[in-house]
Amino acid sequence: MSFVSRGFRGRRRDAPADGGRVPPGQYLTDDFPVLSAGPTPRTPLEEWSFAITGEVDEPRTYSWEEFRALPAETITRDIHCVTKWSKLDTVWEGVPVSALLEGHETAAEYVVAFCDGGYTTNLPLEDVAEGNAWVVHTYDGAPLAPEHGGPARLLVPHLYFWKSAKWVRGLALRLEDEPGFWEGYGYHNYGDPWKEQRYWGD
Amino acid sequence: MERAAVLGRLTWRLAEVAEIVPETARAATLVFEVDGWPGHRAGQHVDVRLTAEDGYQAQRSYSIASAPGEPHVRLTVERLDDGEVSPYLVGELRPGDRIEIRGPVGGYFVWEPGGGEPVLLVAGGSGVVPLAAMLRRRIETGDRTPMKLLYSSRAPEDVIYAAELDRLDGLDGVDVIHTFTRSQPDGWSGYVRRIDEAMLAAVAWPASQGARAFVCGPTRLVESVADGLLAVGYGPAAVRTERFGPTGGEG
Amino acid sequence: MSMDDDRRLDGNAAAGLLGEIFAVDLTAARCCCGGCGATEQLAAEAVYAAGPGTVMRCVHCGHAMAVVVHGGGRYWLGVSGMTWLEIPEPAPA
Repeated sequence: MSFVSRGFRGRRRDAPADGGRVPPGQYLTDDFPVLSAGPTPRTPLEEWSFAITGEVDEPRTYSWEEFRALPAETITRDIHCVTKWSKLDTVWEGVPVSALLEGHETAAEYVVAFCDGGYTTNLPLEDVAEGNAWVVHTYDGAPLAPEHGGPARLLVPHLYFWKSAKWVRGLALRLEDEPGFWEGYGYHNYGDPWKEQRYWGD
Repeated sequence: MERAAVLGRLTWRLAEVAEIVPETARAATLVFEVDGWPGHRAGQHVDVRLTAEDGYQAQRSYSIASAPGEPHVRLTVERLDDGEVSPYLVGELRPGDRIEIRGPVGGYFVWEPGGGEPVLLVAGGSGVVPLAAMLRRRIETGDRTPMKLLYSSRAPEDVIYAAELDRLDGLDGVDVIHTFTRSQPDGWSGYVRRIDEAMLAAVAWPASQGARAFVCGPTRLVESVADGLLAVGYGPAAVRTERFGPTGGEG
Repeated sequence: MSMDDDRRLDGNAAAGLLGEIFAVDLTAARCCCGGCGATEQLAAEAVYAAGPGTVMRCVHCGHAMAVVVHGGGRYWLGVSGMTWLEIPEPAPA
């Protein structure tokens, strides 16, 4: 390990007494760090849409009004970023991906989330379609801020947070797996924090 | 055309604190002994890495304050209240401690003597650090390049290197012009606003003299000054910038 | 597209990481964007470094010209977004 700096602690909290909530190699934070691969997109709501496309019988597009009219859930989850910070008990409000996929027939086994600014990330369909993923528009009781992915982002808390794509504009269903942005640059294709799957080959 | 220096691949090396010199209430200059330091050019920076006992790491970049001819490597750091690295460097670090540094880095935002064209240095807050290194380089080499430093600070007590800059101001070919954005010294008759195009038009060397400009500070200031210099006739190739990010210094 | 956002740094911010990979300093190198063809000195391009990796984007069109990920004992360097890189010869010793 590198040289240890005497007296340096850094900005993080102690792990909670009920251990087991922090995956290996992670540090707790009270902040909500803003990490990005590019500038913050600012799509006006009247131009925003969310699409279900690709290997589906009938592609579907929602306007912002239509998306906000869908039944939403409030959920509390822990989130884990591959850059080693974890934040517990984050509160979100959004539409389950399973509800967005309801009624669509597909042979697809994978999805690619695509976003303003060109970011993409890939997931197995079963990792978003079974009550384990949401498209969220509210964080901590307030509209999701642009720097955190607003107006809407994908939320997939059981995987490293780069899979919770910010500024999401749709899900493309695919027959074949298609590595997204970070997956194409050395990050793990799946990204399970509990198995510490950060990079290819982990 | 710029020449790239052959450094070999960079790695982290240890720097030992020889002395800590307060500059303002929030800023201090850290004076380091660095074994095997290859030398540097005015304007370059180093990356600093801190590691906690449990392996947690944080990393930030700091411009080198010292001129290349000085015996030690000096960094000037401004402590940000909600920062993670700066409160450790300015507050916890003591002489005898060591930190990891990587560098020197940067072949673009550098100034070397011998050019001849006048130089305009524009600083916002702690952006003055690499520009002061350039001024110090001019002085230590006896170079005659006309240099002007336009330095924006919030208040007089925030001015880094105040006494040294006062001494350098008025030396043959060196001019230091301050502007204050929140409060000013008693009896001050100079600029009391953010740097804008009108100020640049009044202060900057006329573009026709082939002047070069180096601009360093918070992103907002850097962008607005770069735009202002283009508006008063500087070509894009004559303006070099280095941004510190939104906080105006590292965190 | 708008490149004026707070979190954006410039190529100087990538110099340390690139210096671990390349034996010459690249900030003074010139690069050509694979998206729009514009050429700039690398130090003048936009860098987003607070994330899973460091992304360098063209200041004119936003195209991701280079991506560097450092972790797991290796570096991944993606430069497919750059058409060419012109690196000055080192100064004589």
